[in-house]
Amino acid sequence: MLSRVAENLYWMARYLERAEDTARLVRVSRHLMLDFPGTATLGWSSLISISGADEIFDEYYTERDAANVLTFLCADRRYSGSILGALAAARENLRTTREVMPREVWEEVNRLFLECSEIFSGTIDLRRLDDFLRVVIRGCQALTGMLDGSLSDTPARTFCAVGGYLERADMITRILDVRSANLLPRTPDDLTPFENLQWMSVLKSLSAYQMYRQQVRLRVRGPDVVRFILLNPQFPRALYRCLNNLHRKLYTLPRATLACQRVTELLGMLATEDAASLADSPDRLHAFVDELQLGFSRVHEAIQGTWFAGVDSPAPVVAD
Amino acid sequence: MPKIDWNEYACEGLYDELLASAGKPRPAAQAVCDYLSSIDAQEVRDLKTAAEVAIQVMGITFTVYSDGDMIDRAWPFDIMPRIIPSHEWAHVEAGLKQRVKALNLFIDDLYNEQRIIKDGVFPAELLEQSVNFRQQCVGIRPPGGIWAHICGSDLVRDKDGTIYVLEDNLRIPSGVSYMLENRNVSKRVMPELFQTGRILPVDDYPAQLYDMLAAMSPRQISEPNIVVLTPGIYNSAYYEHAFLAQQMGVDLVEGSDLIVGSDDCVYMRTIDGLVHVDVIYRRVDDLFIDPEVFNPESALGVPGVMRAWRKGNVTLCNAPGAGVADDKVVYAYVPEIIRYYLDADPILPNVPSYLCMREDDRNYVLANLDKLVVKPANESGGYGMLIGPHSSAEEQAKFAELIKANPRNYMAQPTLSLSVTPTLTDDAVEPRHVDLRPFILSSGTDTYVTTGGLTRVALVKGSLVVNSSQGGGSKDTWIVDTSGQGQVQGQGS
Repeated sequence: MLSRVAENLYWMARYLERAEDTARLVRVSRHLMLDFPGTATLGWSSLISISGADEIFDEYYTERDAANVLTFLCADRRYSGSILGALAAARENLRTTREVMPREVWEEVNRLFLECSEIFSGTIDLRRLDDFLRVVIRGCQALTGMLDGSLSDTPARTFCAVGGYLERADMITRILDVRSANLLPRTPDDLTPFENLQWMSVLKSLSAYQMYRQQVRLRVRGPDVVRFILLNPQFPRALYRCLNNLHRKLYTLPRATLACQRVTELLGMLATEDAASLADSPDRLHAFVDELQLGFSRVHEAIQGTWFAGVDSPAPVVAD
Repeated sequence: MPKIDWNEYACEGLYDELLASAGKPRPAAQAVCDYLSSIDAQEVRDLKTAAEVAIQVMGITFTVYSDGDMIDRAWPFDIMPRIIPSHEWAHVEAGLKQRVKALNLFIDDLYNEQRIIKDGVFPAELLEQSVNFRQQCVGIRPPGGIWAHICGSDLVRDKDGTIYVLEDNLRIPSGVSYMLENRNVSKRVMPELFQTGRILPVDDYPAQLYDMLAAMSPRQISEPNIVVLTPGIYNSAYYEHAFLAQQMGVDLVEGSDLIVGSDDCVYMRTIDGLVHVDVIYRRVDDLFIDPEVFNPESALGVPGVMRAWRKGNVTLCNAPGAGVADDKVVYAYVPEIIRYYLDADPILPNVPSYLCMREDDRNYVLANLDKLVVKPANESGGYGMLIGPHSSAEEQAKFAELIKANPRNYMAQPTLSLSVTPTLTDDAVEPRHVDLRPFILSSGTDTYVTTGGLTRVALVKGSLVVNSSQGGGSKDTWIVDTSGQGQVQGQGS
């Protein structure tokens, strides 16, 4: 497989995962806002921070109100992490590599992008927001299913999976970080009546609520939620499971030693941290998430260097 | 829009591909005409919408230059097919095979012995002035002596029914993917009509293309590495490059994916390291293919690829320099070229052509600018043409100056009365002018002609310009089996 194609597929998968995760996040946040009284301070601002988009948001908008934040996250093409921006980027990446993809995958990505752009051309109609998010999530899920059901087990599939898992790992930690920052108690007595709701929203952002309830039968508590999201080996959107899958996929690629090693380091970090104790200390959790994210960057660099850019040797290494 | 009534169809004074006259469909077109007039107007509109949706969903696009942000447009397609009976097509096919065979012999001769010049059949000064003759190709003998592996010839039909060759595209002819996609769209929207089994399939092309390319490999191995080289997604034919690579199951590469090693072999960068490339189906123009040899600014090409090609380590399809024979002035000599190399008369006629380099011809052209189509010798895509009867006095004066300044660069042809075929407009079915571009594959041992080709249609009433970049559309082209009762072969006794 061409290095350039591998790189495009990797980014396509990252952008699709980002579109889906952002849609889930927005959907849950919106429902949460509806449950809050009046002008809840929790606010929309945290969604921008979760996405790591403070700078670009502030460049185009002044106020972090619902309309601005939702427009920015869902439909602003100037921001490549917005849902429409991500779908457009996924489509562009696929456009240059569609000869390696089953045709229906291209058709679906194309259709999804067109349908979504049609719902929101320019501004957000809040009444259509739920429709929009449902279309995005279902579309992305349909694509996951199509890739699974129609793409042979070749490097093309592997790079899609790798991109998807890495982006998902990144989103999981972002959600945990920012959501928890204003959730974790500074003092043990500092409980608000909404704390329960907010921890539920962390779970719901990751579609983890039902699975959490099945496995953790107690009421929703911070330490349990943090442990579940970081360490659960069964839940698809738990970090441990996600990194494990990433490792398994990378392992099948040629010359994978470095990238696998970087993922192993991350798994090692998870094994040593006492996740439950992190929940009691927002500062330590934040620092831990920072380290994880640096680790994700190192994984990305290893992937980039090994397969996308690192084959420029002047004396041909022939691999027929 | 009222229900279709073929008695109302106004094709008087024109050659119509589907109807002999109003209300009288030709035998091969009877079934489709009956079908279209049997359904009501709403159903016709529904077919049109279904085709538009299919095209959008399938992502069939073409790219328009300088179109700002929107680089892709949906492919303009008319649901009414253009139909040619199979017995007529057999004749065209034989003519195209003959023509391309002669053209390949001609190119090989020009870059080697130049017998045709020594024998006084082709003027040496024409070659000296040719902008598509590549000095860098002199003395090369590509595998099988084939230079134009893929040829797209444009055919038109005049009002008396004669089919002429209008031009040959020997450099990087495009459009074949749309021929295939048009068929897919028609099958989606009008499946009933295909159940008769009389419409000959076109889907074989990618397999034929693959076999031809594989046969060109310098290394005699069972699975040579073939790539399609594209200039990238901003090229107007990118859709086609991707489509063909996908259909053949080969890699679609850009210049930067390839590298020429110190052993003068071509390699592609892959996740496994560098992989040897045997055959490059290149869709990058000669002048951009190797910055070491041609345009040094080109970022689309592969430095050193000409070196690899000249050493016979890689095959380029089409070969660099093949364009020497698709020059519109050379075109005028094709009948002579066929006679010279094959000792046979051309099966398909050329459109009569006046070469402005010849004094008599030039004077005739200058005196008749209002009646002729004047073409620059080396432009494609319908740019830079003068269509006499549709032109203003100023445009004619401008062309007169251009011709006088550089006569070698221009040729002229009478304006043919291009044939028409029924086409769906917003509110009616009206005749529109069409041409046809079949594709011919040559491997030296085998020649393959597509079943039909790409029919292009001038969607604007009265217009003769069929290029998609200038308001043209396309149609599915049906070669309809007219032998016997049209039963599928192999049935009966």
